[in-house]
Amino acid sequence: MAVSNSSEVPVVTPCAQAPSRGGPAGDSAAGPRLRVRVHRSEFLYFALRNWKFGFGAGLVLVFLAVALVGPLLTPHMPLDFTGPTDQPPSSEYWFGTTSFGQDVFSQFVYGLRAAFLVGAVGGGIAWLVGASVGFTAGYRGGWVDDVLNMLTNVVLVIPTLAILIIVAAYLNVHNYTTEALLIGLTSWPWAARAVRAQTFSLKTREFVDIARLSGRRTRQIITTEIAPNMSSYLLMMFILLFGGAILIGASLDFLGLGPSTSMSLGLMMNNSFLSSALLLGFWWWFVPPGIGIIAVVGGLYVMNVGLDEIFNPKLREK
Amino acid sequence: MTRYLARKVFIYLVTFWVAVTIDWAIPRFMPGDPVERLLSRMQAQPSATEALTGYYSEAFGFDVPIWQQYLNFWSALFHGDLGLSIANFPTPVSELIRGALPYTLALLVPAVLLSFWAGNKVGAMAARRKTLDNTVLPVGYVLTATPQMWLGIVLAWIFATTLAVLPVSGAYDLGIQPTWSLEFVQSFLEHWILPFSALFLVAFGGWAIGMRNMIIYELEADYSNYLAALGAPTKLVRKYAYRNALLPQITGLALALGAVVAGAIVVEIVYAYPGLGTLTLGAIQNRDYFLIQGIFLFLIIGVLIANFIIDVAYVFIDPRTRVGMQGGA
Repeated sequence: MAVSNSSEVPVVTPCAQAPSRGGPAGDSAAGPRLRVRVHRSEFLYFALRNWKFGFGAGLVLVFLAVALVGPLLTPHMPLDFTGPTDQPPSSEYWFGTTSFGQDVFSQFVYGLRAAFLVGAVGGGIAWLVGASVGFTAGYRGGWVDDVLNMLTNVVLVIPTLAILIIVAAYLNVHNYTTEALLIGLTSWPWAARAVRAQTFSLKTREFVDIARLSGRRTRQIITTEIAPNMSSYLLMMFILLFGGAILIGASLDFLGLGPSTSMSLGLMMNNSFLSSALLLGFWWWFVPPGIGIIAVVGGLYVMNVGLDEIFNPKLREK
Repeated sequence: MTRYLARKVFIYLVTFWVAVTIDWAIPRFMPGDPVERLLSRMQAQPSATEALTGYYSEAFGFDVPIWQQYLNFWSALFHGDLGLSIANFPTPVSELIRGALPYTLALLVPAVLLSFWAGNKVGAMAARRKTLDNTVLPVGYVLTATPQMWLGIVLAWIFATTLAVLPVSGAYDLGIQPTWSLEFVQSFLEHWILPFSALFLVAFGGWAIGMRNMIIYELEADYSNYLAALGAPTKLVRKYAYRNALLPQITGLALALGAVVAGAIVVEIVYAYPGLGTLTLGAIQNRDYFLIQGIFLFLIIGVLIANFIIDVAYVFIDPRTRVGMQGGA
């Protein structure tokens, strides 16, 4: 599901245990600097041996490279009516052409760029809002927590796409940054809930008490004591939000609510669908955008499970 | 238990209030005159523009103070008055939605329940079983990363366009009256299976992976190791793991509802299935704002009701919520 990815929530939840500082080799004689290095190399050691992480990250990187380099490989712009219409893939038009004579390959690579932009900006904003709300609610507790928790629950229940439809219907969305902003501002709640729960359990630890006794400020305690202890968690959260934002963006573009002056993968599906490419069998038009989304989002998710196994030794394959 | 449900109901009431307020506020607080905005984007003929200006001004009720507008909006809502559709003037929005709702529910409810059931079963089976896991994991990830509308398009292309074994659009053959005849039911099922499959498969992948990962966590928990150390059969250990893993999955079901609804909207559009999704697309294309606002409210009411059902189910499944301990969604 677009964000069945929210069903992924429990997936990350229990990996509460932050990576143990120092790692197994962290004997006291080694000194602090060495301990960090041991930890790094331990991470690398498992990262390089985890096929899920390697495969997922590789897939995402390949498509990122295509998005970056692709536009240099084609002389056509995605919206230009350049060639013959309805051509299947050929050496001239690698992915064929649309019913308007546009180059599908060019649309695909520019669409990938938009997908990465929406994922990074939308996921990034959702991550920032979710983490801030979660940290504040979890650390402060009391009425602050009550208010923020209520806010989280309200935004959580309202279907993201429904609210985006009504906002985008009244507000002309001119570019993908605006679209990503809207997505980011509506898809943070599960992240906030997860961070809040983690913060609750971390704030009662001794090292947080000591930091508090030594008179550090709340913000400092959160950024230097609590956040680093759930860094793996925060990283995986960002990856899931990144993928989720791409899927929501594709749905919005498919509904025709995204920017229409530049190309996205969702808009490609919208155009091909409205031009009856489905009935006419012009598969080269509507198959690539889906493959692109599956590869990027699926790659992110697989990478996420790999990271989970790297950070949490209990999960490694037996 | 009463406290737990009361808390939930309170949150839902607040959510409903927020949603209605958003619905009311968005047209009014966007920059510019909403009526002019709407009309300039509709590009209607001048004669129509005049009539529409009159209708919109009256419908928005701008001639009274803003707090009065807000109260009027609520009172109209409680009378079931969501305004009139512009594209299908003068059909009331509520009537259009009522006509579309059964089709959306016929897709959504089976897709949600069956995918949840099958996904959890398959996911639980795959956990910590190498061969099965090696198929379920990749297939699950591909499915859960698939945009529903794309899967819908591809399924339609394969089964309707290429193989020509199933119909490509609509909810039943146009020659048949929608009554409870055998002919109609058969035609309905033929049209239903593809959009259902698109929704089912994507959701299935998500549940299978979620369950697979949860079971692995549970099998690593102390109680599982203890049970195994006592010599309990693997089957029993896995049964307990499944029960515990099911709780976060049910919480996940509540979280995923919004996404499922979104999926239904886009899949319906692909198949021109006459539910809320197709209605939404028409409303967006015709700039039929009252219809968009009405659908928005209905989607939220639906999700709220579904959330409440899940909460009640949770009380039955998780004993901790009954005795007032921590836990719960």
